[in-house]
Amino acid sequence: MSKELIRLKDVSMTFDGETVLDNMNIYFNDKEFLTLLGPSGCGKTTTLRIIGGFLVPTSGDVFFDGVRINDVPPYQRQVNTVFQKYALFPHLNVYDNVAFGLRIPKAASDGEDVIDQSSSKKKKQKKVKLSKDEIDQRVREMLEVVSLKGFEKRTVSSLSGGQQQRVAIARALVNRPKVLLLDEPLGALDLRLRKDMQQELKRIQKQMGITFIYVTHDQEEALAMSDTVVVMNNGKIQQIGTPEDIYNEPKNAFVADFIGESNIVDGIMREDYVVEIFGRRFRCVDKGFEKDEPVDVVIRPEDVDIVDLSQGALTGLVTSVTFKGMHYDIIVDFKGFKWLIETTDFCPVGSRIGIKLDPDSFHVMKKSEYSGMYGDYSSYSAEYDEIGDVEYQEEEAPQEEYYEG
Amino acid sequence: MRARSFAYPYVLWMALFVVAPIVIIVIYAFTTADGGFTFENFASMGGTYLSVFGRSFLLAIIATAICLLIGYPVAYSLAREKSCLQGIIVMLIMLPMWMNFLLRTYSWMSILENTGLLNRFFSAIGLFDLINAISGFINETFGTNLSTDLEYFEMINTQGAVVLGMVYNYLPFMILPIYSVILKIDSSYLEAARDLGAPPRTVFRKVVFPLSLSGVLSGITMVFVPAVSTFVISDLLGGAKIMLLGNLIQMQFLGSTYNPHLGSAIALIMMVVVIICMTVMNKFGDEEEQAVMF
Repeated sequence: MSKELIRLKDVSMTFDGETVLDNMNIYFNDKEFLTLLGPSGCGKTTTLRIIGGFLVPTSGDVFFDGVRINDVPPYQRQVNTVFQKYALFPHLNVYDNVAFGLRIPKAASDGEDVIDQSSSKKKKQKKVKLSKDEIDQRVREMLEVVSLKGFEKRTVSSLSGGQQQRVAIARALVNRPKVLLLDEPLGALDLRLRKDMQQELKRIQKQMGITFIYVTHDQEEALAMSDTVVVMNNGKIQQIGTPEDIYNEPKNAFVADFIGESNIVDGIMREDYVVEIFGRRFRCVDKGFEKDEPVDVVIRPEDVDIVDLSQGALTGLVTSVTFKGMHYDIIVDFKGFKWLIETTDFCPVGSRIGIKLDPDSFHVMKKSEYSGMYGDYSSYSAEYDEIGDVEYQEEEAPQEEYYEG
Repeated sequence: MRARSFAYPYVLWMALFVVAPIVIIVIYAFTTADGGFTFENFASMGGTYLSVFGRSFLLAIIATAICLLIGYPVAYSLAREKSCLQGIIVMLIMLPMWMNFLLRTYSWMSILENTGLLNRFFSAIGLFDLINAISGFINETFGTNLSTDLEYFEMINTQGAVVLGMVYNYLPFMILPIYSVILKIDSSYLEAARDLGAPPRTVFRKVVFPLSLSGVLSGITMVFVPAVSTFVISDLLGGAKIMLLGNLIQMQFLGSTYNPHLGSAIALIMMVVVIICMTVMNKFGDEEEQAVMF
């Protein structure tokens, strides 16, 4: 990947004695689309607010391009934010909202200028103000990027959620930040619009060629858009990797469960490439564990092949069937442990089936604090999926002092 | 039962005690003592009346401006305090309003009088002796003729005292609407402004102030209107010297120059002028967020 742009070093954050971020170490590369993914309260928004400058970490350092920026206020940082509820200024129209940042004279410092590369180079400590024409040109250009040409004079309140979203993106990007922070920006949109905006954001990121740091609790969104996914829980990073890595090689039961559907069972690694579950040994592709080490074994619902009873390595009883359009979700009871299996074959409730598992359908993980907490579908219900989409809980971001000076 | 019928008691109240009196005032303003239609009541208002009008509006404008200058910063800083502290301070601001209005104004009288609290305090700390001594010294050195027998500052019965009384009595009406509007400004707007490169001063100028304008307008209205029509404050703190519109009208109804027709005419003119002022004010404000006026 390209060069490192932002680094958080040993960053911890405590609010009223409660640890929200626990000794976090992470770096963000230039021009990458990185997603902070995790459930409510995992610290992802706090991380974003620290990068944006709205929070100062309790301990640890934040570096931007190698310079420590802990105490640099938000208005002097080369990052811009798209807020969860957009925060468009209600007293300004679309044009003035987008032009807001451009109309503020800024110090063009150290050649690392926030203004225009060519026109205002090396005017140290001098406030540079853009000309009306330049502002106009850039605002119109940006409105075109977000497909809102012709909306200049509209009031913010007359726009739909998706349009407001675009204005918020344009307002941030028009300042040509090096990094754009997005705090659950698609949360308030309906599913359809969300999918469209995902594509749109990805396109805009490519077009602008800058870093996007994106916060979401929606794993599908994270997998679809990101170059890098950072899975967080309880203020700690659980795993960093490409979407494929995260999905195929989850590090622990939490990640495996949070990303996609997973059956997670207790197993024992008998030797390299041999894992034992339910008292039976299977060939797998994992190695590097101690002999007879207890492990967590992940089997994705789509990796299970249903076969005749006689040919099955394991046999189980179908206890529930849900039609999902492309496939059926069936719950199968194996010796009291319930698995979720995706299949295109219809298996009626009450029938016994056999399953076959290929070596590459196993993913073996070391035991962790999350072992035994996830991956059992005993309490599965058909609505399970929908709940995640409908209930959109905001992460509790602690308030801090907003007015200053 | 339809919901609107719940409002009937108030409609009746309005008709009896708001609409009817205004109609009566209008009728009185255009009639003579024996009932004939006339413009005489308006035509008879000459130069003295004009100066009373001028003084009333001037003092009210000054008082409103001072209220705004004091009130806005208070409201702004109050809104950023911790909420428990806010509650206490809001109560302290409103506390004087729970005491009798006359009593409050009377106490200012005893503070400002020539032999009042303030003058006695100045006297006790030797301020007048000091000033007299300095005046005497200047007289001796430069041969001037400054008075050296200063015994008190003349504070009561001045325009300053009247303005002070207005500011004291009406300041809460400026602070509270501004405070409640600022309190409601979503903090994400301020964050967004800072994020877009605005230093604190710019955040205030470009976001906080424009968004608080509706509170400012209601504050101005709520201070200016009672200030321009007051007669108690000018009566008690201005003495006979400072006559305002309120006193003028009061005189026509209760005073020596009993003439309710003239009084109604003055009241009518005042009402019209105030309405014009407020309409113009509201035009300045955001059209969607008008100040409370009617």
